[in-house]
Amino acid sequence: MSVLEQLEQEKITALSELESAQTEAELEAWRLAHLGKSSRVMQAFSALGSASKEERPLIGKSANAVKVALESAYAAKNEAMRQLALAQAVEKERLDVTLPGRALRRGRLHPLNQTLREICRVFGDMGFQVYRSPEVETDDYNFTFLNMPPYHPARDMWDTFYTEKEGVLLRTHTSPGQIHIMRERAPEAIRAILPGTTMRYEQLTARSEIEFVQVEVLVVGKGITFADMKGTLNDFAARTFGKDARTRLRPSHFPFTEPSAEMDVECFVCGGEGCGVCKGSGWLEILGCGMVHPTVLEYGGYDPNVFSGFAAGMGIDRSTLMRYRVDDIRHFRNNDVRFLEQF
Amino acid sequence: MKAPLSWIKDYVNLDGLSIEEIARHLTMTGLEVDGILLVGLPKPEGEKHEFKYEGLSWDPDKFVVARVDEVMPHPNADKLVLCRLNDGAKEMIILTGAPNLFPYKAIGPLAEPPKVAYAREGAQLYDGHQPGQVLTKLKRAVIRGIESFSMICSEKELGISEEHEGVIILDGDAPVGMPLVDYMGDAVFDISILPNMVRDASIIGIARELAAVTKRPLREPEGAKLSRGTRLSELVSLEVRDPELNPRFMLGMIEDAQPKPSPYWVQRRLSLAGMRPIDALVDATNYTMLDTGEPLHAFDYDLLVRRAGGSKPAIITRVAEKGEKLTTLDGNTHTLDDSMELVCDSAGPLSLAGVMGGSETGIHAGSSRVLLEAASWNFINIRKTISKVRIASEAGWRFSRGVHPALAEYALSLCLKRMAEWAGGSLVDGVLDAYTRVQVDPLVRLSEAEIVSALGAPIPLEEAEDILTRLGFSCRIENDQLSAQTPATRLDIGEGIIGKANLIEEISRVYGYDRLPATRLSAELPAQAGNPKLDMEERIRDILVSAGLQDTVAYRQTSPEREARLLLENAPDPALEYVRIKNPITPDRTVLRRSSLATMLELLEHNHKFRPGLAMFELGPVFLPVEGQLLPDEALRLTIGMTGTREYPTWQNNKPEQKDFFDLKGAVETLLKGLHIENVSYRPAQHLSFHPGKCAEVWAGEQKLGVLGELHPLVREHYEFESGAVLAAELDADLLLALSQTQFNHQPISSYPFMVEDIALIVPEETPAAALEASIREAGGKLLVNVRLFDIYRGEKLGEGKKSMAYQLTYQAQDRTLTDKDAETIRNRIVRALAKEYGAVLRSQ
Repeated sequence: MSVLEQLEQEKITALSELESAQTEAELEAWRLAHLGKSSRVMQAFSALGSASKEERPLIGKSANAVKVALESAYAAKNEAMRQLALAQAVEKERLDVTLPGRALRRGRLHPLNQTLREICRVFGDMGFQVYRSPEVETDDYNFTFLNMPPYHPARDMWDTFYTEKEGVLLRTHTSPGQIHIMRERAPEAIRAILPGTTMRYEQLTARSEIEFVQVEVLVVGKGITFADMKGTLNDFAARTFGKDARTRLRPSHFPFTEPSAEMDVECFVCGGEGCGVCKGSGWLEILGCGMVHPTVLEYGGYDPNVFSGFAAGMGIDRSTLMRYRVDDIRHFRNNDVRFLEQF
Repeated sequence: MKAPLSWIKDYVNLDGLSIEEIARHLTMTGLEVDGILLVGLPKPEGEKHEFKYEGLSWDPDKFVVARVDEVMPHPNADKLVLCRLNDGAKEMIILTGAPNLFPYKAIGPLAEPPKVAYAREGAQLYDGHQPGQVLTKLKRAVIRGIESFSMICSEKELGISEEHEGVIILDGDAPVGMPLVDYMGDAVFDISILPNMVRDASIIGIARELAAVTKRPLREPEGAKLSRGTRLSELVSLEVRDPELNPRFMLGMIEDAQPKPSPYWVQRRLSLAGMRPIDALVDATNYTMLDTGEPLHAFDYDLLVRRAGGSKPAIITRVAEKGEKLTTLDGNTHTLDDSMELVCDSAGPLSLAGVMGGSETGIHAGSSRVLLEAASWNFINIRKTISKVRIASEAGWRFSRGVHPALAEYALSLCLKRMAEWAGGSLVDGVLDAYTRVQVDPLVRLSEAEIVSALGAPIPLEEAEDILTRLGFSCRIENDQLSAQTPATRLDIGEGIIGKANLIEEISRVYGYDRLPATRLSAELPAQAGNPKLDMEERIRDILVSAGLQDTVAYRQTSPEREARLLLENAPDPALEYVRIKNPITPDRTVLRRSSLATMLELLEHNHKFRPGLAMFELGPVFLPVEGQLLPDEALRLTIGMTGTREYPTWQNNKPEQKDFFDLKGAVETLLKGLHIENVSYRPAQHLSFHPGKCAEVWAGEQKLGVLGELHPLVREHYEFESGAVLAAELDADLLLALSQTQFNHQPISSYPFMVEDIALIVPEETPAAALEASIREAGGKLLVNVRLFDIYRGEKLGEGKKSMAYQLTYQAQDRTLTDKDAETIRNRIVRALAKEYGAVLRSQ
C-alpha cells in the first residue's frame, strides 16, 4: 500500500473511530492515537524527508489534508460532547422553583406612626408646620386657658388622670399646645398641626384606651372664617379619603371653640350605604373643630377683636382603627408582633 | 337625656316628619341622638338608617286596647283568674295571674271595667318571665285545664319598663278596640346633652330646638296662676342666709292631696324617660323637672310642723356646720362640711341643697299637705359638693351645670297645677320667693359685618333675627345692628365679644352648617420653618426600619414594681422620684415610666414566643421629675431590643444562630453611621441590668449616648424568656438628634487601582480591638482606605495570654497607582507602631 493510500485509509479509519468515541477519555485517547506524535499522520510528516523528491509534495499535501480533516472533526466532536455534557449537567441542576425563597427581614413602621406621617404630610403640603408640647401639663394649660375655669361643667367631657402634684395632670388632649404655640408666636400668624400622645381616665376595653395619639390643627390670623375652616378640612378629607369623599359638619360643643362642630365623612368602607364600621349610619366621625374661642385667643396673647382662627382635633388611633377595621384598640399599644407585622 | 316622642309632640307639631327626620334635625342642632328606642311605633322603612334602633314595634292587628268586664276565679288554680274581656271585635275569656286584677275577682260584672293592653294570638312581644328582653310569640296552650292563646300585657312584655308585677291598667278614656300603637305607641330619643346645652336637658328645651329648626310654633305648657296672697306666709317662713350660694328660693303649697297613682300616660312617659313612677305627687315633681329642666323638691308639711313642735315651720337655707350629718333619700348618711349648702328647718337639715332630699321629711304615701321647693343654686358649689359626697342624682346633674333662676317660678307653677290635677288637691294661696341675686341676662349686639367676618358668608340680619326669636331671644334691628336679649331660660350666653361668638354659633347651627360655603385660606402664610427634630426622629425610624427592626408605640403608664424587674433586687428603689398618678386606672399603672428599657423588655417578653427571633425599637419619652420644677423633664429615649435567632429557621437552615451582643451593636453602629454622628466609641461598662462582661456605653466624643448590653442572667430570671441572649440598648434620643448631621463631606471615589494585603498581629489578650484598629488607621495614614478584621485566633503556638488579630488592609491613592514599595512602606509603619504601642508581633505567614 502506498503512503498516499495509507493516509487515505487512516482518514477513513480515524473518522470512523471518532464516531464511536463516547467519553472524554475515549476522545482524548483518539486524539493521542490519531493526532499525537506517533499517529500515522504525524509519522507521515516525519517520514517526508526520506520520501522521493517527486513524492514529497504529494505526500505532504495529502498528509496535511488528512490532518486538517481530523482536527476539524475532532473539534466538532469535542464541542458536541461539551454541549451534551452541559445539557446533562443543567438537567441535573433543575430546582423545585416552588420551594420558598429566602426571606429578607423587613422592619415596619407602627401603624399609628404610618397614619401620623400621612396626616403630617397632607397638612405639610397645605403649609402647616408641626409643633409639639409636653404630655404632662398644668391644669391651667389643659383646662383654664382653654376656657374651662375650675369646676366648669365642660371639664366633665374629659376624664382626667391627675398626678400627686397639685395642679399637674396628664394632658387629656393636644389642645394645651394651642396655648403654647400662641404664646410663642403671638402676634404672628399660625398655621400648625400639633400631634402627640394624650391620656384619659377610661376603662381599658376593645373600644376605649387610656393613652392615644391626637393631632390638633390650629390656624390663627386676620380674617380667618368658619368657611375657611370648612374648606381646609374638606381639602384634608379629600386628600385622606379620596377626592369624592363627602363630608358634613354637625353642631357640637367644645369650650375652646365657638361655634363648634364635629366633622363626619361618608363611610369609606361602605360608601355611605351603612355597614358595621359606621354602625349603619353611613357616616364616620373623624374630627371635632370650631372657631377659636375669644377667651382662648386672649389667653394665647392675641386680641380677639383683631385676630380669629380655627382649631380641629382628631384621634389617630380611631382613624387607624377604622381604616384597617381593627376590632380592638388595645392592639396598638400591646405591640404584638403578629399584629404589627400586618402593616 | 331620654326624650319620648309623644311628650315632645305636646309642645311642637311634628306632623309629616318621620322618626328618622326628627332625629336628624335633633342631631343637626347639636342634640346628638345616640339611639332610638321603639316602644310600639314601627321602625322606619328601608334598609339604611342613620340611627341605631332598638325596641319593639306593636303590630296594630295584634295589640289593641281592651276592656275587662268581669274577673272570675280559676276553677283549678288560686294564683290565676279568668277575665271576661272585650277587645272591640269580640268577647272572650282570658287567663291571667296579674295580682292587680285580683281585687276585681268574683264581684260580678264591673261597673267601671278597667282598660288593658291586650295582645292577640301570634303577637310578638317580650317574655315576661325571662330576665332581660327575650322575644317570644304568643301561641295557643292549655294552662291548668283552660285554653290560653292571648294575654293582657305588663310593661315588661311591651318593652316600656322592667315592670312585670302586674298588668298595665290604662286610663279610663282609652278607646276599646283601638290599635295599641295608635293609642300609645312611642319612640324614645337617647340624646347626648352637650355641656353648653344643659337647658335642653328638658322636653320643652328639646321641643324649642325642633320648633326653631323646623320653623314651627312652640306651645309651652301653662302652669297654675301663682297668687301673691299671704296665706302661705302664715303657714311657713323662709330665710336665705347665703344668697351667693342660693340666688333664689321659692315655696308653694298644695293641700288636701289624696294618695293615688298618677294617670297612666304620666307613668308611662316617666318610665320611658328612665324614672320610676311612685305616686301622683312625686310623679308631678319628676315630670315637671323633665319638662322644664328645673329640679323640684316636695316636703310633707305636716312632718315639718311636727318637727317644729306644732308651731309654724321655718325654712332656712344655709351652709352646713362642720361635721353635721344628713341621711339622704337613698338611705346613705353623709357627714357634711361648711362648704355644703343645706335646706333646713329649725330642727336641722332637711335636704342637701340641689343634690338630694333627706329621708325624713320627703313626701310619702299619705301626704296631704305638700310644701314644694323650687330653687336656684350656685353650680360651682353644687359641683364641689357632689364631688365630695359622691351622689349621682337627676337634680345634682342639672344644678351642677347651671339652671336659670327664672325657671324656678315657671316650674313651681307647672308642678302645683299638676299636683292639684293628678292628686286632687288645691293650691294654698300665695308663694314665698327669696330672689335676692337677680340673674342679668345679657343683651348682645351684632352686625352683619361681624357675622360675615366670623362665618365667611353673609346671613341676612332678618334671618338671624328670625332664628334667635325662635330660640326665645327678644330681638330688634336698629341701624343695621341686631340687638338680642337672652331669654331667661339659659346661662350660656356671655357678654361683649364672647356673647357675639355665642350668638354666631346659635345663628349658624340653626341656619345650618351645610349651607355655609367652604373656602380655602386666603390669609397670608406664616413664615415657613421646618421641624428638624421631627425630621430626625423620622430619620431614626427609617434607618432602623430599613435595617429590619419593628417600630413600636409604648404606654407611658407603668408601675415602679414593673420597672424594678430590671434590677437585680427586683424591688423598687424608694429613692427614685416618679410622676405619680393620683387616680390610677389599675395597680400596674400608677406612675409614668422612667425606664424605656423596662418597656422594651416587657415587649420582648410578650412577643418572644410568637417568633423565633425579634428585633424591635421604640422612640418615646420617659418622665423624670426634677427638684424645684413643676413639670417633669420629658426625655426622649430610643430603645432597641433583640432576642432569639438571627434568621428564622428555613428548609435551608433549620438551626440558625442565636443573636448576640454584636447583633445589637451592629444595629447601633448602623444607626449612628446613618445619622452621621462622629467620634463614636464603645467603652466597657457596668450597668445594673446588664451582664458585667457584655455591656458597653456608647459615646460620641465626650458625650454619653447610652448603653447597650446583654441582660444580666439574674435579671433575666425576673422575666419569662426561654433560650438565647436578651439584648437591649437605651439611647438618649435628644442627644442623637442634636449630634446627627444632615450636612457632611462625601469621600471622592479614586479611579486608580487598589491593593489588598492581609496581616496578622499577635497581641496581648487584653488589647481592645477598637484601640488596635484605631492605631492601624492612624499609622496607615490616608493611603490606607479600609481595615477589616477577618479572624481572631488563639492557640498554644501563640502562648498564654496572646491572640492573633488578622486584618485585611486596602491601600489606594487618589492620584496614582500604588506600587509594591508603597505597600511595604505602609505595612512597615503599621507594624512598627503596633509593636511600640501594644508589643504586637507580626505573625509569620
